[in-house]
Amino acid sequence: MESINKSDNNFEQCLKCTICTVYCPVLAVNPDFPGPKHGGPDQERLRLKMPSFYDEANKYCMNCKRCEVACPSNVRIGDIIQKAKLKYSRHTPTLRDFFLSHTDLVGTLSSPFAPLVNTALGWNVTKQILDGVLKVDRHRTFPKYSHEKFTTWMKKHADEQKQYPHQLCYFHGCYVNYNFPELGKELVQIMNAFGYGVELLEEEKCCGVALISNGFASQARKQGEVNLKSIRKAVSQKKPVIVTSSTCAMTLRDEYPHVLNLDNKDVRDHIEIATRFIYRMIHETKAFDVSKLKFRNRPLKIAYHTPCHLEKLGWEYYSLELLRLIPNINLTVLKPNCCGIGGTYGFKKENYENAQKIGAPLFKEIEEGDFDFIVSDCETCKWQIEMSTSKKCIHPISVFAQALD
Amino acid sequence: MACGIRLQEAGKKCVIISSGQSALHFSSGSFDLLNTLPDGTKVTNPIEALKELKTQSPQHPYTKIGEEKFAHLAQEAQRLLAEAKIQTIGSYHTNHYRLTPFAIAKPTWLTMADYVNAEQLDHFPWKNISIINFTAYLDFHPNFFADKFRRMGMCVREIEIDLATIANNKNNLSEMRSTNIARLFDSEKAFANFANILKSKIEKNDAVLLPACLGLERTDVVDKLSDILGITVKLLPTFPPSVSGIRAQYLLKQRFMELGGTYMLGDTVNKVEFEDNRVTKIYTVNHNDIPLRGEQYVLCSGSFFSQGLVALPNDIIDPICGLDIDYISDRKQWFADNTFDKQNYESFGIKTDERFLAIKDKKAISNLHVCGASLGGFNALKEGCGGGVSLLTALYAAEEILGNKE
Repeated sequence: MESINKSDNNFEQCLKCTICTVYCPVLAVNPDFPGPKHGGPDQERLRLKMPSFYDEANKYCMNCKRCEVACPSNVRIGDIIQKAKLKYSRHTPTLRDFFLSHTDLVGTLSSPFAPLVNTALGWNVTKQILDGVLKVDRHRTFPKYSHEKFTTWMKKHADEQKQYPHQLCYFHGCYVNYNFPELGKELVQIMNAFGYGVELLEEEKCCGVALISNGFASQARKQGEVNLKSIRKAVSQKKPVIVTSSTCAMTLRDEYPHVLNLDNKDVRDHIEIATRFIYRMIHETKAFDVSKLKFRNRPLKIAYHTPCHLEKLGWEYYSLELLRLIPNINLTVLKPNCCGIGGTYGFKKENYENAQKIGAPLFKEIEEGDFDFIVSDCETCKWQIEMSTSKKCIHPISVFAQALD
Repeated sequence: MACGIRLQEAGKKCVIISSGQSALHFSSGSFDLLNTLPDGTKVTNPIEALKELKTQSPQHPYTKIGEEKFAHLAQEAQRLLAEAKIQTIGSYHTNHYRLTPFAIAKPTWLTMADYVNAEQLDHFPWKNISIINFTAYLDFHPNFFADKFRRMGMCVREIEIDLATIANNKNNLSEMRSTNIARLFDSEKAFANFANILKSKIEKNDAVLLPACLGLERTDVVDKLSDILGITVKLLPTFPPSVSGIRAQYLLKQRFMELGGTYMLGDTVNKVEFEDNRVTKIYTVNHNDIPLRGEQYVLCSGSFFSQGLVALPNDIIDPICGLDIDYISDRKQWFADNTFDKQNYESFGIKTDERFLAIKDKKAISNLHVCGASLGGFNALKEGCGGGVSLLTALYAAEEILGNKE
């Protein structure tokens, strides 16, 4: 007998316990959002009957996955909502959505003119135009573009990287490539110290997370296929693939199969965040003796903010363990509050106010803490924290690299 | 969590792996210790009932704990809650009474200090009370309480307050759930507005009773309201989710983390390795090929609801460790036809030795302790002992690990 209402997610596992609604950061500030339980599993059974039951208010979901972490029944609530948005939404992405999500295109166009673009994006008049015409909120500060892309720098250093006894591939992501190559360079520095030479993937596209959340599923799928092909090649050459962005890591591992229906199970376990790779070398395989490292022994009082997507992966432990290797460090783990940015979510005029409300408890805790700076693995958390507080936010890899003598 | 906190207090390094948030989210606001013996006899003094419990139920976790240790652990549990800033009233010597969301009085051990409670059955010290409800609130039914109190001879006023007057809401049904209302009271401004409205509506009352959804993070709302109004303010239980349970979970986790514990939320153990009747390492979904290694392990994966136990057509298994299970092999005896009768399956659980060490292939695993609803030999629903078994066996495991056998 053919089954009807066949769903490709596990919405039927939902017990209606409502725990997810307690931990949804959007629901706490935006009453227009139906919430993870209602917008996810509850409405899914209606949507399966009739697509017109789709509620456009699901656009307010920022895909932070906090609902999934809280769910005692392992329902993939965030995935259910993301897939429903892609499948049923009648909303056509706007020009603003296009520019915010096509990071490779915008990055490639901006990098050659970085000084000009960075200056222009800082002007009030530019912000007013972006606000009025594109609906990108005028309060937002934009990440600066780098004149030299990380990939350009890597190509210059490719030969010296080949001299190391082991090789790994680095999925750098758009932020490191177009905005902040320094983080990539610091990763190379650390990996070299651990005996690994760093290579680029044969071809790397944006992981596609912004395309997914802005409704460009087919483009995200195309880019995913390119990335998976390159990752497969690296894995077949026994090269691990490491990532510094927690959101890229989650997308490559989980959003590809769960939201884009891209089969990655042959390579999924070979993709990991850099701090986990280092943890394995130090604590598991004992391939590296950490006592060989020399630190500057500078006293640091820092606080770690767990990005939502890293919490979903369950991997903040590795970043914290890496930071704990640094001598003379006073490390506070901030309360598990979302910063509110949600990738491109907080850039949108209609979400800006709520994004700041979501982040308010985190900002307050940061300002009250008298920390030297904040540490986090996510670039968009960094933008949000630096825009909304007086503190800098630095990646754990950079903190570790800068602590080395 | 109680076990983890106790271990961290003693300076151990402890990791808790939790597959989603805990059952505290459905808490009644009370913890039961022992309300009824297996034969149905009502219990007023839990500690005094232990001798009879030993006769009736030799496999009961309390029988294994023993009378002396029981008293010590019960005191420890209350201390541990208080240190986590969860204030409770009650004693293991004598049960007191709480109200259910249907306004039925039930005996219990510890109740959150700001909840309505009574030392004797249906004996409340008020003559004239007001019960507050919020317009369109979905999780609270004050008529049950009003009816009960009126039948006890009290003068009851039911007052409904529209929260739209203190905050801009009511766009969406989900706003009128407990946790969303609770968040409103976290805001000092909304709280002050509410206190002013309430003050204008209260007249010559002995007490004001409100639904237990005032502040998700704040714990001072009841005390502050009481100061402003100048009369007793107490909370009445709501239907789930439980705001005080969520807050208790938050406070316990906070205490555990402050003591240096690592809390891995949203992860699931998928493989456990044994060697020479010891657990050597455990693997989880998130950490995949990187195992967690400890000297001691505590299993508190719960019963059927949390999938700590799984029922197959003719078998009951522990899906995590494959431990031996105490259950009746004849499936027909698992259930009673009447849902409200005692159900045998509720007493099934992981087999343990006299120190709650797990049994696998008939041999005790020397570093795997079992606690809470994973254990068999008791019926939490019929005996009213779920909270007590969880807290006491968790602390028992902690003290075993610490080698404290006092």
